[in-house]
Amino acid sequence: MSRVTLLALQVLVAVVCIVLWQFFSTVPVFGKILLPPFFFSNPVDVFSQIVKWFATGVIWKHLAITLWESILAFVIGSVGGVLVGFWFARQPRVAAVFDPYVKMANALPRVVLAPIFALWLGLGIWSKVALGVTLVFFIVFFNVYQGVKEVSRTVLDNGRMLGMSERQLMQHVYWPSALSWMFSSLHTSVGFAVVGAVVGEYLGSAAGLGYLIQQAEGVFDVAGVFAGMFVLSAFVILIDFGVTLVERRLLVWRPTASDGRG
Amino acid sequence: MSTPTAVALEDAKVAFRLGDGRVYTAVEKAHLTVAQGEFVAIVGPTGCGKSTLLNVAAGLLKPADGSVKIFDRPLAGLNRDAGYLFQADALFPWKTALDNVAIGLEIRGTPRAEALPRAQKWLTSVGLGAFANRYPHMLSGGQRKRVALAQVLIRDPKILLMDEPFGPLDAQTRQVMGNLLLDLWNADRKAVLFVTHDLEEAIALADRVVIMSAGPSSRIIGDWRVTLPRPRDIFEVRLDKEFHALHREIWSVLKDEVMKGYAQSTQAVEAV
Repeated sequence: MSRVTLLALQVLVAVVCIVLWQFFSTVPVFGKILLPPFFFSNPVDVFSQIVKWFATGVIWKHLAITLWESILAFVIGSVGGVLVGFWFARQPRVAAVFDPYVKMANALPRVVLAPIFALWLGLGIWSKVALGVTLVFFIVFFNVYQGVKEVSRTVLDNGRMLGMSERQLMQHVYWPSALSWMFSSLHTSVGFAVVGAVVGEYLGSAAGLGYLIQQAEGVFDVAGVFAGMFVLSAFVILIDFGVTLVERRLLVWRPTASDGRG
Repeated sequence: MSTPTAVALEDAKVAFRLGDGRVYTAVEKAHLTVAQGEFVAIVGPTGCGKSTLLNVAAGLLKPADGSVKIFDRPLAGLNRDAGYLFQADALFPWKTALDNVAIGLEIRGTPRAEALPRAQKWLTSVGLGAFANRYPHMLSGGQRKRVALAQVLIRDPKILLMDEPFGPLDAQTRQVMGNLLLDLWNADRKAVLFVTHDLEEAIALADRVVIMSAGPSSRIIGDWRVTLPRPRDIFEVRLDKEFHALHREIWSVLKDEVMKGYAQSTQAVEAV
């Protein structure tokens, strides 16, 4: 399939869905509207809501806040995950002691922490950042831990035979290996940073995309809810695209799946 | 002989503690010397502990008994005089071919600006001058071996330890690599300890061929001097009469061990 056909087909899916949605929410079928506007709104209303947000400029503030929370959650969670992951991987005894607690903390659905964070950190951005951090941290942590543990024995021996000191092994072998594992989970961890921010906002805040959706829902403004969801999706796709660019730059040395290895 | 001894294993015994507490003796009382400038090949059936012996010489493994001397000094820790060429891929996958070769110098504190041109020179001498910016996964198996060879040789080690380095390559590439190795070795004649299961390869490359018995508790059971003239061409030398005579002679000893090795490995499978 050529790129153009593919793109055309992808657009076609969206067009068909929107047309059907518009049709069933405005034109009665057998005297009955299948998608009552109260529950489903309609594409035109949703679109005009989005246009209004951007035209008046209110959306920028919310986008900026959500973006900022996601970035903070990602950075703090990643730094923490890298440090602890490295520490545990190099100190098996520490890892063994903390193992059950790490598993326990990771098994906990993070949403239940949101009220506690709101209580501790207030309704500002930090309670959302904290929620995002708890999600990002574990992903990065597990990947870095794995990355350091799974350094090939041969590569390590080779480093030693080439005369590397412990510090140089760290710099030239452990560190790149751990980072490559972390980068390979970049999509997931960035995604979770956004999830943490939005869920946190949804559960209690004064700004952000989650707040916008929650407010619309509070007054049964279904068009607002859908508009918020669309803006959020576009936002996540944009971020994901950025991550792909970064990844391509950082993981050039990695064989792609089509090479038939790793 | 007055030439100094580069590697000397004296009654080296290597044993491993198994999971169930028993002790598995891989190599029993191995006595092996490599003189400076000498190319010694160790041949033996699979699982005879020839790689184990090499790791002892490298300092990656400690012998349970006996001693290891490198240039007449007892070896403590890793063998800093040795370069090691591994059987498996040992290049750093996150470094380009050039960086992989330069790293050997950079570790020593050579400035990068100085290390890179020298690495480029080495890449050229292993025939990969145009591949400097490729990452290992973009290179073929043979090309990766060439990079690995350059990576080891750029440090100019006094001893080369090679663990079936061309094992994973196809037959033609092996011969090409063998010739390349001989060319590079001819330039400054380092002491080489070369482990292989391929008797032809061993005779074609080495000054001496050492045969090990089937494991466990394998011993060195034969030591032949190869007097084929140097410089050799691996393709040519295989047609030589002397080569054939030597091959027949060594194979008559090796064959029994190979059979024993197979018998043991199949028994082990049945026991499981």
